[in-house]
Amino acid sequence: MTNPTLVIRGGLIVGPLESFLGDVLIADGRIVEVGSKVTAPSGAIEIDAAGCWVGPGFVDLHTHLREPGKESAETIETGAFAAALGGYSAVVAMPNTEPSLDSVAMVGYVLERGKSAAVDVAVAGAITIGRQGEQMAPIAKLAALGVRLFTDDGNGVQDAGLMRRALTYAQPLGVTLAQHCEDESLAQGGTMNEGASSSRLGLTGRPAIAEELMVMRDIELVRLTGCSMHFLHLSTERSIALVLEARAQGLPVTCEVAPHHFTLDETACETFDPEFKVHPPLRTAADVAALRAALRAGAIDAVATDHAPHTPESKDMAFDEAPPGMLGLEQAAGLTLEALGGAEADPLAFFSVLSRGPARVAQLRAQDVRVGHSAHGGAISVGEDANLVIFDPNASYVVDRDTLASRARNTPYHGRTIHGRARATIVRGRLVQLEGNLQ
Amino acid sequence: MIESIAGGNLVSLATLSQRAIVEVLDTAESFVEVNSRTVKKVPALKGKVIASLFFEESTRTRLSFETAAKRLSADVLSLAVASSSVKKGESLRDTINTIDALGIDAVVMRHSSSGAPVQVSRYVPHVRVINAGDGQHQHPTQGLLDAFTVRQVLAARAGTSGRESGSELFAGLNVLIVGDIRHSRVARSDIEVYTRLGAHVTVAAPGTLLPPDIVQWPVTVANNFDEALATADVVGLLRLQKERGSGAFVPSLGEFTSTFGLTSRRAKLLRPETIIMHPGPMNRGVEIDSQVADSSAAVIEQQVRNGVPIRMAVLYLTTAGATLESGPND
Repeated sequence: MTNPTLVIRGGLIVGPLESFLGDVLIADGRIVEVGSKVTAPSGAIEIDAAGCWVGPGFVDLHTHLREPGKESAETIETGAFAAALGGYSAVVAMPNTEPSLDSVAMVGYVLERGKSAAVDVAVAGAITIGRQGEQMAPIAKLAALGVRLFTDDGNGVQDAGLMRRALTYAQPLGVTLAQHCEDESLAQGGTMNEGASSSRLGLTGRPAIAEELMVMRDIELVRLTGCSMHFLHLSTERSIALVLEARAQGLPVTCEVAPHHFTLDETACETFDPEFKVHPPLRTAADVAALRAALRAGAIDAVATDHAPHTPESKDMAFDEAPPGMLGLEQAAGLTLEALGGAEADPLAFFSVLSRGPARVAQLRAQDVRVGHSAHGGAISVGEDANLVIFDPNASYVVDRDTLASRARNTPYHGRTIHGRARATIVRGRLVQLEGNLQ
Repeated sequence: MIESIAGGNLVSLATLSQRAIVEVLDTAESFVEVNSRTVKKVPALKGKVIASLFFEESTRTRLSFETAAKRLSADVLSLAVASSSVKKGESLRDTINTIDALGIDAVVMRHSSSGAPVQVSRYVPHVRVINAGDGQHQHPTQGLLDAFTVRQVLAARAGTSGRESGSELFAGLNVLIVGDIRHSRVARSDIEVYTRLGAHVTVAAPGTLLPPDIVQWPVTVANNFDEALATADVVGLLRLQKERGSGAFVPSLGEFTSTFGLTSRRAKLLRPETIIMHPGPMNRGVEIDSQVADSSAAVIEQQVRNGVPIRMAVLYLTTAGATLESGPND
């Protein structure tokens, strides 16, 4: 432990139950003192957090790091840099790499590479071999390795019988299956939301019903099997209502929403710019409003980025030929703040959806030496792993795609003014970024 | 709304005002005369280079555009991209930049993907972009030549010229468009142009071949095809696009023909003055019977003929950057 001692001065220390002004002293990877005017040893790095929120580092449940297989778009290293700049202390790497993360060897590879990354890297394993939706991946072996989330993300598991078996198999292992809900018999060939825009533009639609029907199906499968399930990037008003209803019935279901789904609507596609192509697609303005309302009501477990890097050349294809997906890590927190009401937003709610909620879903609340990650989403109290973000809700900046830390440039927010920025990110007591500069 | 395409692009009719549309029709009318000369050529685009870029196979539209460009004395670069770079995985941006590097003033492009000309217009903003059909989005020159043909027929009947009539002859006109509306770029362009000129558009198709949000379109959906035929002034048929998978949207071609085909039996429901149109290529025996297609009510060949002056007008307005009144005429 050669990390210098850090002291964070004068920030609003957030939660989990209440917020108060104070200082945080960090040494040897842990929080060693919290209070007003703590005394720092000589040589400690002082960070002025006046006007900022100090809370647990953000946790992204949904990051495509592209390694292995598509290192031209992103690597574990560059994706982790983007995460650090965004205020994240941990990300969950999605398994749709090439090859997929469907074996002990592949998961082990990413975990090992992740150990030297700027933030903690957890892994979601595939539900099926090659994410082909045909044969179950070695879920028990991967669970023994420490994997807590499984998904074929990018694809939903189409076969209801297979999904039932996977849930039944996973249930006693204490892991969670996460679904990308889109029934391909309804969505196949579609490139944007089905509706007035798609029909005027002559683009084949991916209808809301494709998502909602799979949400309905999986809720019933959870009812049948008792396995916990996480719904990825829900994008419609009805999907959210279905999951909330299931949760009210006591079913073990959680859900996330992505910043682009509560910030942008389908009309963005009217420029035919493939930067706005994503699955599930950008929906109607009414869906955007419903997602924002659900976030403000505290009904959503997590905001997750679905950070999906793609090379410029692949996004310079025609709209229906370009791959779906957009970057998200660096702007997610600012967009979440905006959705929650800007600088006047409740900081507890903010950290709930960006840190504490996702850490609970990913089971990252406690250290896991097997996978090599520390504890995230906890309280700001003595003895906790020092995974922290200092977030300035009053900072603002204009997004410039050419200054992003990702290898890729496919942000839909180029030129947009974002309010709220992570001033510093601390991972295991180490300052990984300060004022937008990687340390 | 765009008030004139002079000096601009033509990627969609959705953003063109009535004035802009009438300007194209009027300009085309003055080019009809050129096409009847023994020397069918004017120097309007002399020295201009027009790339004809067809990412999707087409014979008639391509020939029509290239004929139009040559009659305006432009140099035409004809590139068969469908069989070259795209198959090697080159991006749209790289393809257009490569062609732009050859030095072009305008590109006439067809693409199987909706919106590709809109993207190209962003990649090379200094090049004029003319959409020759993109996916299921728009086919602007087809819409314009359809309206031009209708105006020509109606003006002749009224003993006037199209140019003098402006958009008057479209007021209250009943246009019935039949068939695969959902997948048709021609339908999208036709509906824009006819409604903008003041006509009333009705569509008739099986539910699966209507776009899901048809209620929001500025059209009436026919409850009864036979009754709609009886009141139509213009019937525009669409090609059932089997190659775009429309086959899965109807139980069989035979069932489509018996329910929405313009058969000889149904053609008897039409009034004698009703104009029958088809953008081609026709599936004879599917959406239209041969006897109907070859009847005097059908103006299908006239549509093809009008393709040249309409495309001359579009190339002239966009690429010379001037109108006939203001521009460097011969």
